Amino acid sequence: MPFVTAGDPDLDFTAEVIRQLVDRGSSMCELGIPYSDPIADGPVIQASYTRALDKKIKLADIFQMLGRLTPTLAAPVVTMVSYAIVYRRGLEEYVSGAKAAGVAGAIVPDLPAEESAALAEICRREDFSLIQLVTPTTPRDRARLIAERTTGFIYYVSVAGITGERNELPREIVDNVAWLRRQTDLPICIGFGISRPEHVRTLAPVSDGLIVGSAIVRRVAEASTKPRDEVLEEIGDYVAGLLAAMEE
Amino acid sequence: MPATSRVPDNSGRFGPFGGRFVPETLTRALDELAAEYDKASGDESFQAELDDLLRNYVGRPSPLYFAERLSRQCGGARIYLKREDLNHTGAHKINNTLGQALLTKRMGKPRVIAETGAGQHGVATATACARFGLKCVVYMGEEDIRRQAPNVFSMKLLGAEVRPVSSGSRTLRDAINEAMRDWMSTVETTHYMIGSVVGPHPFPMIVRDFQAVIGRETRRQCIDQLGRLPEVIVACVGGGSNASGMFYPFIEDGGVAMVGVEAGGRSDKMGDHAAPLCFGRPGVLHGSYSFVMQDEDGQTCDVHSVSAGLDYPGTGPEHSFWKQIGRVSYTNATDDEVLAAFDTLAKAEGILPALESAHAVAEAIKLATDRTPDESVVVCLSGRGDKDAQEIARLTESRKLRVES
Ligand SMILES: Cc1ncc(COP(=O)(O)O)c(C=O)c1O
Repeated sequence: MPFVTAGDPDLDFTAEVIRQLVDRGSSMCELGIPYSDPIADGPVIQASYTRALDKKIKLADIFQMLGRLTPTLAAPVVTMVSYAIVYRRGLEEYVSGAKAAGVAGAIVPDLPAEESAALAEICRREDFSLIQLVTPTTPRDRARLIAERTTGFIYYVSVAGITGERNELPREIVDNVAWLRRQTDLPICIGFGISRPEHVRTLAPVSDGLIVGSAIVRRVAEASTKPRDEVLEEIGDYVAGLLAAMEE
Repeated sequence: MPATSRVPDNSGRFGPFGGRFVPETLTRALDELAAEYDKASGDESFQAELDDLLRNYVGRPSPLYFAERLSRQCGGARIYLKREDLNHTGAHKINNTLGQALLTKRMGKPRVIAETGAGQHGVATATACARFGLKCVVYMGEEDIRRQAPNVFSMKLLGAEVRPVSSGSRTLRDAINEAMRDWMSTVETTHYMIGSVVGPHPFPMIVRDFQAVIGRETRRQCIDQLGRLPEVIVACVGGGSNASGMFYPFIEDGGVAMVGVEAGGRSDKMGDHAAPLCFGRPGVLHGSYSFVMQDEDGQTCDVHSVSAGLDYPGTGPEHSFWKQIGRVSYTNATDDEVLAAFDTLAKAEGILPALESAHAVAEAIKLATDRTPDESVVVCLSGRGDKDAQEIARLTESRKLRVES
């Protein structure tokens, strides 16, 4: 599951990247809605958000792009979006706008379980997934509660930290996810820090999907200095390599 | 108990405001902090240790000073200054950092991070960390490092590491982002010593409670010195900690009017000021729901103030609550009014106020002028202005050039 930032370097290219990623075999795509103060994000995704916002990308433009793209796309798209944005748009309006644009769900990284009741209720009514996160610092009884409230899939965050490529990932992930698996029937996807085929080989057997963000965003950013076709090809090859590691 | 004393509730809500809008990664640390604070609050030895530090280390109680010459110049009400500028490290910020340092020790965490705008909270954090043997990292925007240079030196001398923040507007808001990101990765061993009544629950409550010593002392001093409570209390509002500490003990005193003064900047146009309670609307920023300057998509807007400590697009959730229930009124003072008030206080009383505090002085001068000599206006003089001398010289020079050309 690749993550891309909406509007970096522009929305037309974002659409092309998503199409390429799906053509190369991605089973779902996560689209980051640029936000001015993303505290869960490392330098690569932060910088991509800043570039997109500098270009005055608006939520309405993003939904418009998705409205054109999703009907012809073979895989679902979910948005990663700050609650600041959802709240300002209006909870109902955000969900209905996203749904009308063909979006399948939302990951709201700054909305912990205690604060999510109102949005969760609307999502349930609209049959729109609200994907919640479990992290290495989540106590187990709390993880169970989050698992009960999540719809779509559970996002297991591999590290206590922010997004960004890591050389090594903590060894406890495999055990933690195996434990979580026994608490729920929902699919579990793992994200944060994943970028290399060896990560994929270790984590693919215990998960239902792996989320790769900064490694892709960094490659997309090269479109400002390289021909776009070349960048698309490289991103496609990179993701195909990871998917091949998944099959091993 | 009256409604206003029962806030926040267990989920950190002041009416609709507050809450906890942060990544799941931080939830456990916030729960632990809330639990530790709850235990400490019921522990007499904790309060005794803090009281001893406040008296013998900070120099509390800080005086309530009758500014006679300033009052005479205004020709109206008597103006009193609550002298938080006389505290060790020169501002109210130390009241909070010592309290949080004691909590950090109780939690057994060896490392502290903080954000700072004016550098006063950075210095107060570095000081508390030196005093308790804690490792200290302070995040500060590059623009603020430039305009508050003296405090940067102090922090380093106290053994803190100052990490420049070059993202966004390179001011307080970006320093908070960077501190939160650090905390995401270090939360098991690090305490985030937030510097104002902002951020996710339980921070707005904890910081208010540690700062409430200002209002408690002021209340007692008013009764001793004036024989009664004042007509009006004025404080500046950045994140809102000095104001909240000053106002909170007076909340039930219906006869006491209270005024929070935000940064009016250059004008009331979006981007020219930092006054979310005056010009913003409720939204989510830095983990809580409160008044904020945002565009129609929820993106945080750029703000401006001559004072680094007030140059912030958000505000504490309890201030939003006090605004909503009408208990406190909020206004703003422009950069020009603030520089004039700085000058007036310096010449009339021989006191250099921090540019932040000069916002409150500017409003107090207006209020006192319209009132009679049997009335009293109390100003929270939150900090001293030594840190601002150079920046004021630079601004005065560039203004002179503008006028001449
Ligand atoms: C002297 C002084 N007053 C006021 C403030 C503003 O903070 P708050 O609104 O939390 O009191 C600062 C912040 O740096 C400060 O240094």
